[in-house]
Amino acid sequence: MKDTLALLQKFNAHPDSRCWYVAWNPKGTLLASCGGDRAIRIWGREGDSWECKTVLQDGHQRAVRKVAWSPCGNYLASASFDATTCIWKKKNDDFECLTVLEGHENEVKCAAWAPSGNLLATCSRDKSVWIWEVDEEDEYECVSVVNSHTQDAKHVVWHPTQELLASCSYDNNVCVYKEEDDDWECRATLEGHTSTVWGLTFDPSGQRLASCSDDRTVKIWKECQPGGGQGTDTAWKCVCTLSGFHGRTVYDIAWCPLTGALATACGDDGVRVFKEDETADPDQPVFSLSAHVPKAHSQDVNCIAWNPKEAGLLVSRSDNGEIAVWNYQSEV
Amino acid sequence: MSGGARLENANPLIFQRTGERLQTANDEDEDVADPIDDREIFDLIRSINDPEHPLSFEELNVVEQVRVRVDDQENTVGVEFTPTIPHCSMATLIGLSIKVKLLRSLPERFKIDVHITPGTHASEDTVNKQLADKERVAAALENSQLLEVVNQCLISNARTG
Repeated sequence: MKDTLALLQKFNAHPDSRCWYVAWNPKGTLLASCGGDRAIRIWGREGDSWECKTVLQDGHQRAVRKVAWSPCGNYLASASFDATTCIWKKKNDDFECLTVLEGHENEVKCAAWAPSGNLLATCSRDKSVWIWEVDEEDEYECVSVVNSHTQDAKHVVWHPTQELLASCSYDNNVCVYKEEDDDWECRATLEGHTSTVWGLTFDPSGQRLASCSDDRTVKIWKECQPGGGQGTDTAWKCVCTLSGFHGRTVYDIAWCPLTGALATACGDDGVRVFKEDETADPDQPVFSLSAHVPKAHSQDVNCIAWNPKEAGLLVSRSDNGEIAVWNYQSEV
Repeated sequence: MSGGARLENANPLIFQRTGERLQTANDEDEDVADPIDDREIFDLIRSINDPEHPLSFEELNVVEQVRVRVDDQENTVGVEFTPTIPHCSMATLIGLSIKVKLLRSLPERFKIDVHITPGTHASEDTVNKQLADKERVAAALENSQLLEVVNQCLISNARTG
């Protein structure tokens, strides 16, 4: 493999506790991390190293599972085991808690903003996916509660450009949602994984979805228009399965919006990057392992995220509280 | 324990405890690194208290040394445990206590897998899946009541010396 994944920096973000998630802001200049210590940390680059700019504490009573930046970069949503989602607003270099969204019955596993910035989706161990609308006065209102999963919902992700939502669950399925008559409905259930699906990511065009699972595989799904039909229910087909690459549960997956490379975070402590074969039939894509760092961290890698502005810049997160920053180079 | 409640398994089979480990010459030698082996893992879990009876997992044959698999090089530990009856409602709690004990005692590099011995429980797939989900385990352990029950099982007995 001529492609390389080089470590740029490693630092300990959440001492004495697990770091669950890390997210780049839309400009690619800041990192938000959250963890078992119930805090959210904002990191900024100072020359070659990363410095902690702010610590947001007292927002949650239990571990913070995920954080998400709004598309404008001025708001942060944090999903917590305390069953709430906190919305933070950026004020200069600090963040203040704007509002706390309640409603889920137990641990909130994920929060995600729609590309328009007007909608927020959250999902929880209570099996439901909630869709919230936010207006110009920063008021949040729940507009839909969808119960399509039969178990713990782990992750939600929005299509890069359309108002299309996908969620994945402990019930081994992925659900795709669309708005119909002011209500959100599950339009497709993607079955195929044989264990919990932990992560989801859309490709840069939004035509394909990649999912990663406890069954140690990654699946690529493509939307296919059913022949004839008025376009009611859409059908998604699994067009590719990557198996035999991961030694243990694949916890997170990220599709680079700039290069199309696919990165995975695995419970075998490794970070992998897959590249798509340009010559393959688009309905039968072929991915090959482009770069692999077997012992990227000394414990499970929980999260992986591509910088939205700088091609090849990748960040990974581990159970031991470490964040690692990588540079991926591909010989085209 | 509430005196009036009926035990699920009022008359469990009680097994004999294994004796203490024999020290070999290598064990005494400071310069030889001790790899973590099956016996060491077994020693960690054998005296966990059963949530229902005043007996240890070893005495109830819930854990056995032969059902412990360790690979020190690969950093993996696999433990199979056998609930005393196939409909034991404490199976998840038992599995959780084993997992927590190992998580607290072993170096961070180890991956710990705890499963029900195949064929010994009616809901083994359900319990196994919960125990394997680290997010669920982490969230459960944030529940102070559950944590207290787990800690009660893990209180070490003076018996093992």
